[in-house]
Amino acid sequence: MQPNQFKVDVASKLKIVSLVSVGKHPQSGRVRRSDQDSRAVELGLKLTGDNRSGESLTVLHAGDPREQSLRSYAGMGLKSVRVLQLDPSADAILPLGQHLLQCGADIVLTGVRAESGESSGMVPYQLAEKLGWPIVPRVANIVSVEGGVAEVLQALPRGQRRSVMVQLPFIASVDSAAPEARQSAFGPASRALMDIEVVSASVDMTRESWEEVPARKRPKRLKVVKAKTAAERFKAATAKSQGEGGKVMKNESAVEQAQAIFDLLKEEGVLR
Amino acid sequence: MSVEWLHPLLIATALALAVIGAVRRVNLWRAGKPDQINLIAGLMAMPGRYLHDLHDIVERGKYMSRTHAATGGGFVLSALLVILVHLLGIDSQILAWALLAALALMFVGALFVFKRRLNPPSRISKGPWMRLPKSLLAFAGAFFVLTLPAAGVLPEGSGGVLLTVVLTALIIWGMGELFFGMTWGGPMKHAFAGALHLAFHRRQERFGGGRSTGLKPVDLSLAQEIGGVLGVAKPTDFKWNQLLGFDACVQCGKCEAMCPAFAAGQPLNPKKLIQDMVVGLAGGTDANYAGSPYPGKAIGNAKGGPDHIITDGLIDPETLWSCTTCRACVEECPMMIEHVDAIVDMRRYLTMEKGKTPNKGAEVLDNIIATDNPNGYAPASRTNWAADQNLPLMRDVKEAEVLFWVSDGAFDMRSQRILRAFVKLLKAANVDFAVLGDEELDSGDVARRLGDDATFQSLAKRNLDVLSQYKFSKIVTTDPHAYHCLRNEYNDFGSDALNRVEVLHHTTFLNQLVQLGSLKLSPFTGAKVTYHDPCYLGRYNGEYEAPRELLRSMGIEIAEMERSGFRSRCCGGGGGAPITDIPGERRIADMRMEDASSTGAELVAVGCQQCTAMLEGVVEPRPQVKDIAEILVDQLVDSTADSSVGQLAREVH
Ligand code: SF4
Ligand code: SF4
Repeated sequence: MQPNQFKVDVASKLKIVSLVSVGKHPQSGRVRRSDQDSRAVELGLKLTGDNRSGESLTVLHAGDPREQSLRSYAGMGLKSVRVLQLDPSADAILPLGQHLLQCGADIVLTGVRAESGESSGMVPYQLAEKLGWPIVPRVANIVSVEGGVAEVLQALPRGQRRSVMVQLPFIASVDSAAPEARQSAFGPASRALMDIEVVSASVDMTRESWEEVPARKRPKRLKVVKAKTAAERFKAATAKSQGEGGKVMKNESAVEQAQAIFDLLKEEGVLR
Repeated sequence: MSVEWLHPLLIATALALAVIGAVRRVNLWRAGKPDQINLIAGLMAMPGRYLHDLHDIVERGKYMSRTHAATGGGFVLSALLVILVHLLGIDSQILAWALLAALALMFVGALFVFKRRLNPPSRISKGPWMRLPKSLLAFAGAFFVLTLPAAGVLPEGSGGVLLTVVLTALIIWGMGELFFGMTWGGPMKHAFAGALHLAFHRRQERFGGGRSTGLKPVDLSLAQEIGGVLGVAKPTDFKWNQLLGFDACVQCGKCEAMCPAFAAGQPLNPKKLIQDMVVGLAGGTDANYAGSPYPGKAIGNAKGGPDHIITDGLIDPETLWSCTTCRACVEECPMMIEHVDAIVDMRRYLTMEKGKTPNKGAEVLDNIIATDNPNGYAPASRTNWAADQNLPLMRDVKEAEVLFWVSDGAFDMRSQRILRAFVKLLKAANVDFAVLGDEELDSGDVARRLGDDATFQSLAKRNLDVLSQYKFSKIVTTDPHAYHCLRNEYNDFGSDALNRVEVLHHTTFLNQLVQLGSLKLSPFTGAKVTYHDPCYLGRYNGEYEAPRELLRSMGIEIAEMERSGFRSRCCGGGGGAPITDIPGERRIADMRMEDASSTGAELVAVGCQQCTAMLEGVVEPRPQVKDIAEILVDQLVDSTADSSVGQLAREVH
C-alpha cells in the first residue's frame, strides 16, 4: 500500500485548517501561491478526501481578501477561502488563534516559513504557544489519524523520515518534501468565494519600526572536496551530516538536559 | 395487377421519413452553443463552396474526385428528377430521358466507388460504408429500369410480377440508404450534414482560398459565473456549427493517414476523434465504428451523450494531449472539419476547469504565469543572450523600421545561435531595427495550445500594451509560433498596436532583403540539402515559398521530402506535445528525420527553433540541422568596403 494512503476512523469527523500566506516567486518577485503553503493545502485536501468525505478542510488567510494569490490557492478546487480581514500592520497571531479555537480545528497546517513579509517561520510556533497545542515542524505527510492520535512523518535532511505520534489537536508546518501541490485552475480560482470576516487586532509595534530591504545572498563557504574516488564522493553526498562536538543525552534528568542546552546556547551566543 | 400507386407511395414515405430524420438531426446540432453565422448568405454560397473549396481538396486525388462528381452529381440530379417523374407523375419524355442520363451517370460513378471498395486502404472505414456502393447501384439501377417506360423505350406496364417485386425491393433498399439513411445516421449522412456544414462553417474565411488558423478566444467572463464552463466539457458546449461539422465526416481517413501522432503509435486518431464526437452529440457507444482505433486502445468501450462529460468515458484525455496541433488533418480533410479547434476546446476544459494538464504541463504554465517564460528564468535575464550584440532597445529609440521579436529562444543556448545569425544578417543589410528587450514576454503560444487561454490572453494583452508604445512598420521573428500568435491571434483583443504593421517570419523578410540585393551571398557548396516546413509557418501561415527561394538564392537545389509543403510532417514539437509527452511506440521527430535522411540529404534546413530542437534531438548518425538564417550567415559576403558596414561587422564579431 502507498504510504500516503490515508486512514482515519470515521466516528469523529476531522476538521483541518490550512493557513496560507502570500507567496513570492524567487525569480520574478511576483506574488503567487506560496510553495509550502500550497503543499499544506494539498495535504489538507488529501486528508479530507478533497473536502468531500465529511471531513472538512478550511483554507484560512489573515490579511487582505482582494489579494490575488489567494485565488491561486482556490484554483486547487476550493469552493471558498476564509479570510480574516486585517489591517496590514496588525499582528495576525491573536485573531488566527481565536478563529482556530472557535472553529474547533483538529489539525492546523502551515508552511515552514512565508515567502514574503517577515518570513521568520514563527507563526506556527506562536500559534502553538497561544493555543497550548503541540507543534510538529517540517512534516512530509500525515499517515493516519486513529483514536485522536495522528501518525505524522517528519522530513529530515537527505530524504530521511521520522515517524511521530501526536495527540489532536496539533499544529504542523509542512516541509518542501511534502507532496507537490496540484495544479491551480483558472475557472475554480475565479469562482471561489472569499468568505470574509473583519477582525481587529493590535498593531505589531515592533515591526512598525523596521525597514525592509531586499535580502542579499550570503557568500557560501567553498567546499573542499577531499574524496578521491567516485564511491567516496557518493558517500560524501549521501551520508548523514555528522554534527561534530555534539552529544546525545538520553539517560540524564530533564534538568541536566535543559542545562546542557542552555549552556550550549550561551556558548554559541544565542542567549546573552 | 396495377401497382401504379405503389412506387409514388414508397417515394413519398421515404421522403417524409427523411424529413423527420432531418428535423431530429438538426435538433441534435442545435443543442450546441449559439454562433454568429449569416444563415441565408451561407446557404446561398454553399453550392459554390461545394464546387470549388471542397472539390479543390478532393481534386488532390483524381480518382476520387471524378468518382464523387459522377456519383454525387448524378444522385442529386436523379433525386430531383425522380420526384418530378415518379412522385409528381409529370409526363414528359424530356424529363424521363434526363433522369435516365442522370441515373446512368450515377451508376457509372457507383461502379468506381464499388471498385475502390474491393481493396480499400486501411485509412477508410468499413462497416456500413462497404454497403454504400451496392446501395447506390441498387438505387440507380432500379430507377433506371423503372424510368424506361416513361421515356418511351418500353411500353407501359411491361415486365412481369417478378420484375416489379425485384424493382420494388431494390428501390426500398436504395431509398432506404439514400433518403432515409441520409438523415437517420447512415453513411449518406455526410451529404446532408456536409452541405449544411459548408453553408454554416465556423470559419467562413476559409472559403474562396482563404486561410483561417487562429484559435478563437475563450469568453473568460464565464469564469465568474457559477455553473459557467471554460472550454468544452460536454458535446453541447461546442458551438452548434462545430457539432454539425463533426456530422459531416465521411470517414475517408485522410486525416488519419497524415496524423503524426497516429503514425507514432500515440493514442490519437483524428478520424476516430471526430466519430467519437458524433457518438457524443447523438448519444451511444463507439461499438459500430468500423475504422482504425486509437493506437493501443480497443474499440467498444467509449460511451457518451450530449450532456455527458466527454473525458469521463468517451475520450481519454491522453488522446487530446497527443496532438501536436500540426493541422495536417485539417489541411487534408475534404469536409473541412476543424479537428484542432475541437481538441483545444476540450483541453481548455481540462486545464482551466479541472487543473489536469499532464506531465510538465502544470509546471510550465505556473512558470509562464510567474515569470512570462516557460522555464521560470528571471524575467530580467531575457536579454542576457545579447550582452555582446549591442542591440538597440525600443525603450530607448522608440521607433524603428523593424521590430525584431526575439521570442523565448532568448533563454535557450541552441536557439541563441539562430538569433545571433539573424542579428548579423540584419546588421549586414543595414536594417533599422530594435528589440523590446525585457519588455517582451512569452507570446502565449504554449499556454494557449495547452488550453490555458486565460494566461494566453493576459500575455497577449500585456504584449500589445508594450507594442502600442512604439512605432514600427514590421515585426519580424524567427519563431513561427510567435509569428502565428502575433499575426493571427492577437487581433481579437481590441488593440490597434498591430494595425498597419506587417508581421513577417524571418525567412520572408530575409528573402525580401536578398531579392532587393541588400545581402550578398556566396553560393553554397556543401552537400545535399532538404527543407523541413514548420507547421506554424506552412499550414498555419501559407509560407512555403520564401524559405525555398532563399535556399535557391544560394544555389541550393532542394532535395524535397515526400511529405513537404502543405503535406509536411510535423517535427513533434508543436501544441505543447513535448511538455505533455504522451508515450507512443516511436518518436515523431525520429520519423521526420527518417523522411529527411531518405532524400539522401546531409543537411536539413529549417525555419524554426522548435523544429531545430526536436530534429537535433534525434540520435546520430543523422543529417545536420540548421536554421536558414544560420546557413545564410555562413554564405554572407562582407565585401562592401563601406566603413559603416565594417564597423558593424566589428561589433558583431
Ligand atoms: S475528419 Fe475529414 S479527413 Fe478525417 S475521416 Fe472525416 S472527412 Fe475524412
Ligand atoms: S493536428 Fe496533427 S497531431 Fe493533431 S490530430 Fe491533426 S494531424 Fe494529428
